[in-house]
Amino acid sequence: MSLRREVGRAAAVAWKDLTAERRTKANFNAVVFLAVLILLLFGFALGPDAEALRAAAAGVLWLTVLFGGVLAFNRSYQLELENGALEALLLYPGDRKAIFLGKVVANLAFVLLVEALVVPLAAILYDLPLLRPLPGLAGVLLLGTFGFVVLGTFYAAMASRVRAREVLLPLLLFPMLIPVLVAAVEATAALLVGDPMGESGAWVRLLAVFDLIFFVASVLAFEYVIEE
Amino acid sequence: MRTDTPPEARSRAPEDPAIPAVEVSGIARRFGRRWALRGVSLRVRPGEVVALLGGNGSGKTTLLRILSTALRPTRGEGKVYGFDLRRDADAIRERIGVLGHAPGLYGDLTAAENLAFALRMEGRDADPAAIRAALETVGLATVAGERARTFSAGMQRRLALARVMLRRPALVLLDEPYASFDVKGIELVNAFLAELKAAGHAAIVSTHDLPRASGVADRVIEIVDGVAIERESLRNGATAETVGADSESMEEQVAR
Amino acid sequence: MNDRHDILPAGRHAPRWHTILGWITLLAFVGAQATGFAISAPDRDMGHLQKIMYVHVPAAWMAMIAFFVVFIVSLIYLWRRDERYDLLAAAAAEVGVVLTALTLALGSIWGRATWGIWWTWDPRLTTTAILLVIYAGYLALRAFAEEPERRARWSAAVGILGFLNVPIVYMSVRWWRTIHQVQSSPSTVDSAYVLGLRLNAIAFLLLFLYLLAIRYHASRAERVAEARLEEAALMGGIHV
Repeated sequence: MSLRREVGRAAAVAWKDLTAERRTKANFNAVVFLAVLILLLFGFALGPDAEALRAAAAGVLWLTVLFGGVLAFNRSYQLELENGALEALLLYPGDRKAIFLGKVVANLAFVLLVEALVVPLAAILYDLPLLRPLPGLAGVLLLGTFGFVVLGTFYAAMASRVRAREVLLPLLLFPMLIPVLVAAVEATAALLVGDPMGESGAWVRLLAVFDLIFFVASVLAFEYVIEE
Repeated sequence: MRTDTPPEARSRAPEDPAIPAVEVSGIARRFGRRWALRGVSLRVRPGEVVALLGGNGSGKTTLLRILSTALRPTRGEGKVYGFDLRRDADAIRERIGVLGHAPGLYGDLTAAENLAFALRMEGRDADPAAIRAALETVGLATVAGERARTFSAGMQRRLALARVMLRRPALVLLDEPYASFDVKGIELVNAFLAELKAAGHAAIVSTHDLPRASGVADRVIEIVDGVAIERESLRNGATAETVGADSESMEEQVAR
Repeated sequence: MNDRHDILPAGRHAPRWHTILGWITLLAFVGAQATGFAISAPDRDMGHLQKIMYVHVPAAWMAMIAFFVVFIVSLIYLWRRDERYDLLAAAAAEVGVVLTALTLALGSIWGRATWGIWWTWDPRLTTTAILLVIYAGYLALRAFAEEPERRARWSAAVGILGFLNVPIVYMSVRWWRTIHQVQSSPSTVDSAYVLGLRLNAIAFLLLFLYLLAIRYHASRAERVAEARLEEAALMGGIHV
């Protein structure tokens, strides 16, 4: 099937996931509330000294994204598993990669939307300057989230179909995300204090390399894991 | 192997009538230690509607899933319209339509959206006119804008049937279409099967309700002990049994 | 389950060369350890404790090699679809996990004795710990995905991606430590130790190969036995 048609298929999958999510909103609301809760819990665990909180803010933010966002991935396959729709989905002619790309796009939109709500809230709770670092911060959020979503979508294709899915997905996914976590936290922390030593650039480059390598690897490997 | 015919042209023209729609031999499938199929061999010619009989757990669904390429056979070879089950799965998928046990629909999408999604996944445009026509055929035009979640089981099945109809497939695999279908649905299925026959296409209908199928079915094949046995007589209501030429004995298959 | 003995493959004892390899490994170990103790004087600061390095370092190297084997063999599996490659990869992963745990335990003990702390966020140690979790996850996935063909495909994908992450993790942790200007742990190895290290490395390589061979053989024997039972079920309609 031509490239244009495959892109159309990927777009159809993304549209389907996002439309279904938009109609129920159940998952989105749950993830946002959970993220808010996690932010608060970290506040209680690390505070109330404002200095301490501000110093830890970058780490707290990214851990919140990870713990909250991981719920999104299994759910994205839940749609298919409920009605036997996965088998129907795999019976359409064409490349499996299109299915993967569509799901990545949908999950990316989902998590970015959650972050759009959670990041300002974190700025309020932890007294962070948001306006000046915003462009750099947006870049770090985008790159970090992309790597997170690509691997999350990939591993959830397997984890969502076995018994202990809530445990297995974090177990498989989180060790792989350590470079993302380190790089994103360091870049974020640097940007939040104005990046005096210009470190954030190096971390952003690491994120970009990580994203590229694992995007390619996941796209290639997806067809092997999505089959029955 | 991928074909490059545009989706619109693909399943419309009848295939070369010399090529069997389905030709499999020695298909066996294992789940853990249990063999659901032990060596099924059969041939379906274009223009034939075959009724697949068998009790619960007899392997009918497994066979249909293998023919649809959803499942790989553990043993055995097979071709659909000349395309190998294992190697040319994509070409097979372009030519078949499946009405499975589970509806395979998205509850939060409307009826029309479910069909639009199916069309787009096939690489075709989501033509609103075609969608409307399909929904009318199955009697769901009035609920086109309702979410599939609100439908009864019969309505969901009819929507799934509409999805199959939209594809105009050369081979249709129906898993227990007469179960959980309302009266109108059953009429639709039989009408659809008659149309397929007229167009030179083929269908395999699994059922444990023979009377309903015997009207449309040209042949009856029963799965017994994981092997396919041709039942000439059941069509005519007699009790004598004939073992069809297509099925080999188990020993022959294992020796191969 | 007594009937199982009847259908095991004819050579149900391990192949000859396993036993020979086992003995050679044992001798190599004894030789290497003895040499290590004999030729190198106790370290200035740490006394005999420094000799933990004779086990810790080779174990770390072998763990790396083990996971590299998983990586390569997984790629071959996806290419060939022969389940024997899957069994080999799984055996290598198991051995790798054991060696990694050993590496970490010894590294931790050494750190405690040397610097008084059980753990440092040293790049190599940290990367090793992450490797442990990655391949423990690999084994957990295998435990949950029981159907053999699916399990093989999934394991291969996870094994390949996991290994791809190793250099990236290592780089990230190293930069992370540099940025925070944490002192690197002294990793100098006295030249006197080099011979002992090399001998132990060889001994560990033999150990790795030996464990890999017997673990693989065990998996294969299991699989062959199952295959016999499958055939029996297929022919006689036995539901086992």
